[in-house]
Parts: sequence; C-alpha cells; structure tokens
Amino acid sequence: MSPRPGFVLDVDRSTPPTLFWHGEGFRLEKLPEGSRVVYPPEPHTAIPDPRHAIRQALHHPLGDALPLPEQLRPGMRLTIAFDDVSLPLPPMRRPDVRQLVIEEVLEMAATAGVDDVVLVAALALHRRMTDDELRHALGERVFDAFAPHGLLLQHDAEDPTGVVHLGVTDTGEDVEINKRAAESDLVVYVNINLVAMDGGHKSVATGLASYRSIRHHHNVATMRASRSFMDQHHSELHSSNWRMGRHIAKSGVKIFQIETTLNTDTFPNQFRFLQRREWEWSLKDRASYAAVSRATAAAPERMTRSIFHSIRSPHAMSSVQAGEVEAVHAATTRNVYAQQLVEVDGQTDILTLGLPYICPYNVDSIMNPILVACLGLGYFFNMYRGKPLVREGGVLIMSHPTPWSFHPVHHPSYVDFFEEVLAETTDPVEIEARFEKSYATDPWYVHLYRTSYAYHGVHPFYMWYWCAHALEHLGSVIVVGGNRSAVRRLGFKPASTMADALEMAEDVVGPSPTLTHLHSPPLAMADVR
Amino acid sequence: MKALLFERNLPRFAASRLIAAAGSGKGAGVGPLRLTDVDEPELPGPGWHRVRPLLSGICGSDLALLDGKSSRYFEPLVSFPFVPGHEIVGVVEGGPRDGERVAVEAVLHCAVRGIDPVCPSCATGRTEDCEMIAAGDLPPGLQTGYCAATGGGWSGMLVAHDRQLFGVPEGLDDDAAVMIEPTACALHAATGVIASVAAARLRDAIDDERPSVVAVVGAGTLGLCTIAALNRLRRSPGAPPLTLIVIAKHPHQERLARMLGADRVAPPSELSRAVRRATRTHQIPPAGGAVSVRGTHRLAGGADVIVDCAASPSSFTDALSAVRPRGHVVLVGMPGPARVDLAPLWHREITLSGAYAYGTERLDALFGAWHEAGHEDVQGQAGLTPQDRPRTFALAAEVVADAGLGRLVSARYAIDRFEDAVAHAGSAGRRGAVKIVFDLRRRPGARRTAATRAAAAGSQPGRAAGAPQGDTPRGQGAQL
Ligand SMILES: [Zn+2]
Ligand SMILES: [Zn+2]
Repeated sequence: MSPRPGFVLDVDRSTPPTLFWHGEGFRLEKLPEGSRVVYPPEPHTAIPDPRHAIRQALHHPLGDALPLPEQLRPGMRLTIAFDDVSLPLPPMRRPDVRQLVIEEVLEMAATAGVDDVVLVAALALHRRMTDDELRHALGERVFDAFAPHGLLLQHDAEDPTGVVHLGVTDTGEDVEINKRAAESDLVVYVNINLVAMDGGHKSVATGLASYRSIRHHHNVATMRASRSFMDQHHSELHSSNWRMGRHIAKSGVKIFQIETTLNTDTFPNQFRFLQRREWEWSLKDRASYAAVSRATAAAPERMTRSIFHSIRSPHAMSSVQAGEVEAVHAATTRNVYAQQLVEVDGQTDILTLGLPYICPYNVDSIMNPILVACLGLGYFFNMYRGKPLVREGGVLIMSHPTPWSFHPVHHPSYVDFFEEVLAETTDPVEIEARFEKSYATDPWYVHLYRTSYAYHGVHPFYMWYWCAHALEHLGSVIVVGGNRSAVRRLGFKPASTMADALEMAEDVVGPSPTLTHLHSPPLAMADVR
Repeated sequence: MKALLFERNLPRFAASRLIAAAGSGKGAGVGPLRLTDVDEPELPGPGWHRVRPLLSGICGSDLALLDGKSSRYFEPLVSFPFVPGHEIVGVVEGGPRDGERVAVEAVLHCAVRGIDPVCPSCATGRTEDCEMIAAGDLPPGLQTGYCAATGGGWSGMLVAHDRQLFGVPEGLDDDAAVMIEPTACALHAATGVIASVAAARLRDAIDDERPSVVAVVGAGTLGLCTIAALNRLRRSPGAPPLTLIVIAKHPHQERLARMLGADRVAPPSELSRAVRRATRTHQIPPAGGAVSVRGTHRLAGGADVIVDCAASPSSFTDALSAVRPRGHVVLVGMPGPARVDLAPLWHREITLSGAYAYGTERLDALFGAWHEAGHEDVQGQAGLTPQDRPRTFALAAEVVADAGLGRLVSARYAIDRFEDAVAHAGSAGRRGAVKIVFDLRRRPGARRTAATRAAAAGSQPGRAAGAPQGDTPRGQGAQL
C-alpha cells in the first residue's frame, strides 16, 4: 500500500481532540469547529538496500561531477565532512545513514589507494560532539580507525590557524572556511537533509565556516528577506550561501556532495500514536498514549527528559543523491517536498503548534526558552512555501512548558542572553546592533566553544534572528502552559489553557477567527495558495 | 515634648534580639524604644541651635540598632538614653539662623565638641574620621541620634552645632531635603570609588576607552543613592569611564536603579554572571565541575570595584568572588560580626575598605590621578562646586536635585505610629518601598506637599502595599 498524501482536515463536531506536542508530554485539544488541521503525507517507503543505493549514487553522480571512484587517486588529500549532531531529529537508530555513506566512501578510497583521509564534523558554531555521539553517527569501525590517530576532527571556527580566508563574494561577503577542507584535493560532504533548509551550498559554506563568514547571512536582514528559508528560491539565506558556495568552487575547492533524505517514520512503536491521525487511533494507540501521558505526568522533569532524549528514531533513508552540489540539492529538495508538502488553501488568522521536546540544538540537552522561541517562530513558522500559513498581523499559539532552565555546559551564552539581552529588549534589530559583537567575541565563550561542549557565544543571537521574520509578521505570540515569567521574558503572552489563548487571540485578530493547526509529528510543510 | 527614646535596658534589648530573628523591623515596639514625654534638650553652649525636625528618616543602621543586631563595637561610642534619628531636615528655632530650613550633618566631631586643636583627621577635613567622638563638651556619641545630650530626629526638638547645619537650597522640598544625609553617605562612598578607579587605571595603564566595571550590591536607599552619586560623578569631565552594574532584589528597585543610571541590573544570584559579561573574563568552574548556570561562581578576573551596600557575610563573600585581583571591595552598608573566608582577599590582593558618613570631599584628589595622566583642569570643569574641599552635603544636595531623589521617600508616619513605621522600614524592599520617614511637621502644609507629589509622580515607589502616604500629619500639631 503506498503512503497516503497529506491533507487538510476540517474540524467538525465528530472530530476527536487533536494531539499537541507539549515538550516532554502532550496535550489533547478540542479545536473549535471549522478549524483546519494540516496533516503531512504518511512516511515514504524506505529504500530496501541503502548500501546498494549509496554505491549507485556514487557511481552515477548528478550534474557535471565524475563518478567518485574516478576522482580518487593515490597521494591525494581527501577530506570527508559530515553533518553534526543537530541532524537528524530524533537521532536515528544504528546504523546512522552517515555511517553507511562514509563506509562506502572509505571503501572506494581504500580501493583507489588514498591514504591521506581526514573526517571533519561540520559543526559551524554548534557544540562539539561527544565521542559517544561520534561513534553513533559514524559507527564503531570508522570511529576506531580514525579517532585514535587524530584523523577525526571537529571543525573549529575559532582556530586562527584552522581556517582560511578565500576572499569575498561579488557582494562583499567574506568566505572563510576550514583550512584542511580548503587545502584538500577533494571534499566529500555527507549530509542528512531533514528539512528543506538543509544541504546544498549551505553544507560547506556554513557548516565549515567561521563567524566572520557566517555573520553575512545569519543576521536579521537576511532572515527577514527569507520567505521562507525552507524555500530556497525565496530565501536570502540560501542566496548568500549559494554565492559563497560558488566562490568556494571558483577558488578551486572541489566538492563531491552526497545528500540523503529520511522518511518521516519518526517514532518507535511505543510512541506510534504520535504518527497516526487521531480518529484512526486503535485501542492500542489509546492505551500507549495513556501510558506515556501517565508516566510523563508522574515522573520528575529530569527523568522524562532522559526518557525522551533516549528515543532512537526508526526513520529510514528514502533517497540518496551524489555529485555536483546544485544538481544534487535540486533532487534532494524535490524528495523533501514530496514527503512534507501539503497544499493549503489560503492563510489563517490563528496558527496553532504543539512544540516537541527537541530541536536541532538540544540533542541530549535542555530545550531552554530561547530554543522554544526558535523552534516555534523559526522552524515551524517557516515551514511554508508561498505565503506564511498565518496571515500578517495574525496570532501564533504554541504549546510548550517553556521551563526557565538551561543546560550549563551546552548553552552558557544562552543564559546570559536571556538574563542580560532579553531583559533589555526583544527587538532583533536592536539586539543585533547592541549586543552581538560583544557576545561573539567574548573570550570565555570562545574558550568553551573550543574546549568544552558549548555552542558559540553568538549562537543564541542566531536563534533570535531565526525568529525575526515571524516577529515582524505576527500580531501576537501566545504560549499555552509555559512558565509565565520565561514566556514574558521572550516578549510572548502566557496562557494556561487553549481556551484562554483563543480568547486572547481574538483580542488581536477580531471575533470568529479562522484557525489552522500544523500537525506534528511528523514534519509537515504548508504549500499555501 | 514627645520623643522616641532609646534606653539602655538589657532585658528589653535581649527580647528585641530574639524577635529580630523573625525579620528586620519586627523588633520595634518590644525593643528598648518607647514613645515618651521628655524635656527638650538644652543648648550645650555658644554656637548651638535649637532645630525642630520636619522629616526624619529611618536608616538601616537604626533598624540594626532596634533589632539588637548592631555590633558591640559601637557601645562606647554612644550615650544613653538617646533619641534616634540622624537623617534630618528641620527648621532652626531662635538665634541668628531662626527660621532657616536645614539638613543636619550628624557627625559629632571635634569642632562640634569644642575640642581645640582638633584631631589630625578633623585637621585634614575628614571629620567623618574624627578620633574624639567620645570626648569634649558632649557625652560620647558618634552622631546626633546616638548622643544623650543632643536629642535626635525622632522627636519634636533637637540641638545642633552651627557647623552641623546645612541650609537647604530653595528648590528642594522636604522629601528631597531629608534625602541629603543618606545621599551624602553614598556620595562619600562614590568619591572613594572614583578615586580608587582613577588610581588603578593609572597604575595598570588601562586604555582610556575601556570602562572600569563597578558593581553596586543592594538597591535599597543606600544602593540607589550610590548609583545616583556614581552616575553624577562619572558624567563629570575628566571622570574615568564606568560601567555600572547594580544588584537589585525587587522589581521597583530594578526600575529605580535603571532610572538612576545603572547600565545593567541583575538579581542577587546573578552578580558574578553580570560581572563576567561586563568584563569578559573567564569563570573558574568549581573543582571537578561544569560551568555553573545560576548562583555565585568564581571569576578569573572580575569587577574593578564592588560596592557592598548590603554588607552581610554572604554579600561580602559574593563580592570577593566577583572582584578582580587587586580590585577593591567597599563596605557602604553597616557591617557587623561576620565569619568569612578571607583566602581570596589574600591571594588576589584585594583591598577592603569602609565608607562611613561624610564631611568634606577633595575633588582635586578625586580626579587627581586622572589629572596627572594628562587630562587638564578636571576640577574646574567637574561641574561640582569647584572649591578645594566642598562639603559632602553641598555635593549631595546637588545629586538629590539632579537625580530627583526626593521620590525615594515612600511613606511618612507620625511618631506615635512608630511601630508601623519601623515595621514598614524593615520590610521596605518586599513592600515596594524605599525610604520611610517620620513626619513631624505641624502645619497642613505637609499635606499640600504630599498631594502635589502624588499628583506629580505617577510612578512613585511604594504606592502599593498600603503605604500611608499623606495621611500622617493629621492632628500632629496639637500633640507636639
Ligand atoms: Zn544613616
Ligand atoms: Zn576630630
């Protein structure tokens, strides 16, 4: 049976309550009659033999690239860069697709007699990965073959001797990337493309770049000109990365891009109800929903967090393509859209979202309030093509506990951003002008980014810039069931129940508003006509 | 006349200590303070005046006294029984200055005590450091409000020496005038801070652009006045650039701190985080531990100066962990016996100093180090009175006017409601208030002032929490 496409449900009297993520828990909300719920297509079929598919892709590249084996020769310098721990979400069951791809690449390299091979985690300004995370992503064999010899590196954007400036683009953007990659005869980039924003030239131009370079597109103006950043052709974020990518190619850096997509089979059996449409819940789904809700309600926060963060997703590879960056990414984007896009007719006054426990920046960590804002206003709000799902001046209602809580090791600059910056202002433009430089260059954050497991000092700013388009567009943001002080610090309005939130929203958008719920999981992207 | 009298009464004093354990201000009423009829104090000699208080504030040191928390250090420096009250605006009755509205410099130094020649401290103008406060024509008493012979502000009449009187400038109303005394304490501390910063900048050859970081811990009356004073001084030409961090516990304190010039306001648990951000230094993680998210953690560098207006063992300990090596911790609040780990003081060569009261300030010394560094004629341009040693009170009056510190007066009480007044003062922060004063004015003019103020200042602190603003003067005239 082929997977059913996505569709838009009109809520009527018989519609059962709708499932909302609520951090490390859920809420069932009875949405008003006449509301719409956007359901994504069902998970695409997995490729039955992924290793074979990978080999095929490497042998038959897209664009003007030669097959990978033909690009490998003894004495060459090969760098294999790969996406970091921010992908996929949740982390996938072993074997991770990065392991599958890299093993094939290494096999070919060995056959060709290449012996100067280095692996680089493309961290950009993210935290370093732990050894366990690296083992999980690469597999034991790869890890043990490279790590002990210092051949498994993590990109260090603050290592003055580890990056190299390749000049500026036509529009004056600095292009500064990882030196080992830039000085290699070939860079093989191994990507996991979970949402349409990922991949393409962004892999190298961001993943292996320095702050000096990244700041040219990670800023308020760029994000406000990216409508949305999930739609490459209307995204200044991508235009900038594409300019940089082309400049990198022009500078003589050869890149062989390998992109993969995963289907949206996101949760293991005991959470299977998360992926079913509510009116199709079986008795077993109801029972597991009840069991999970009971368990998460009773357990202390720390325990539910560890339960959820230990989830390993069954999502499986649904496509793999390799070769020249732009040709590869065009194919990848088609596949992502096919899995996630749902046609929606017209905008809505109120958009509702249930926010999960995880986003790209809190794997095995705490979803602090800034990440909550970014997940809702950055990621989910931007899951559109055409027009935002919610009209200009409309209201976004999101459900998340939004604890006033931060991971001390992963997010040190976030705490300061919350205590110092957001206490002063929530205006992205003012924040960028007054505070960014001082955080980006704070020696303590640089030290922690380089030597500990901390996100770069500037990272919380990017999270806020990610929200900039939504902040400009929306009339109001309401958080249901969140820590009230934390929600207010974000500049949002707290509500205890969905009913309260809807009443508050009517004050902004007027009486009898239209309401649309973007259902998740799994991930859905609205194609708004 | 009616007066609040503080007697040496050990059993009652012990009881107040016991009650005080339940929270500051609760000791009043069972402590050794009682409302009674006493004779007006006699003029001790020539040069003395009778002063009828209009408003008289309740100071943190008064609360410590009533709670039995004062250090025993002060015992030989007071004489019983005495009328408390040293934050005074009053009117001179009789004599050559009859009818003049004055603020009272409370320190009872050599000149006031008829000691001639004066002690070495007084000789240099530093009357706050007078060595003879238990000698001369008067019984012991470090200040008016602690001396058996002078009377104090919490009564209908006191006596003060001509040298103690400071004519209140025209533009200052009574609320503003009663703030001159606490502001003088703050200003004295602030001049010390600026001198210390200027000296350190010269010593360590710190580049002109880089601001020195000063953290003020506590945003009650003293903290807020210190912020206002530092903000005034740093705006003077030639002053070193400062980043001013304030640690405030309550929302109204945070608001006022910002209004008075704080660059960054943070809650008490955030001192080291705020200082670290401002100085961009490293944090020293606890042994074997990770970076700490909340609460105090040690810094590698730190603030140039920490002004401790709380002066509790815990605030002092926090200050030691957030001040830089060779930095300076100034105790402005009145400390008492404490158990603290002085290892960081030793290892980081930290300077610890007190800042007590006021007298005169040497502005040339204040900006002197700066001056030597090539900045010209700072004293003349300082905008402050360009005398050699202006009285702290004169400078304080300017700061009060400039920063509008009269608004810090949150509630006024008749002295027969002293139990309520002291309880309010003891919980001022929690109740959204700053300064609590006794209102001893006879005429309904007081009411007019209160009404004008209420109309003028919508954002005034202490309006919530049932502050009995403006309702106190009723019927007072008859009783006094
Ligand atoms: Zn005092
Ligand atoms: Zn003396």
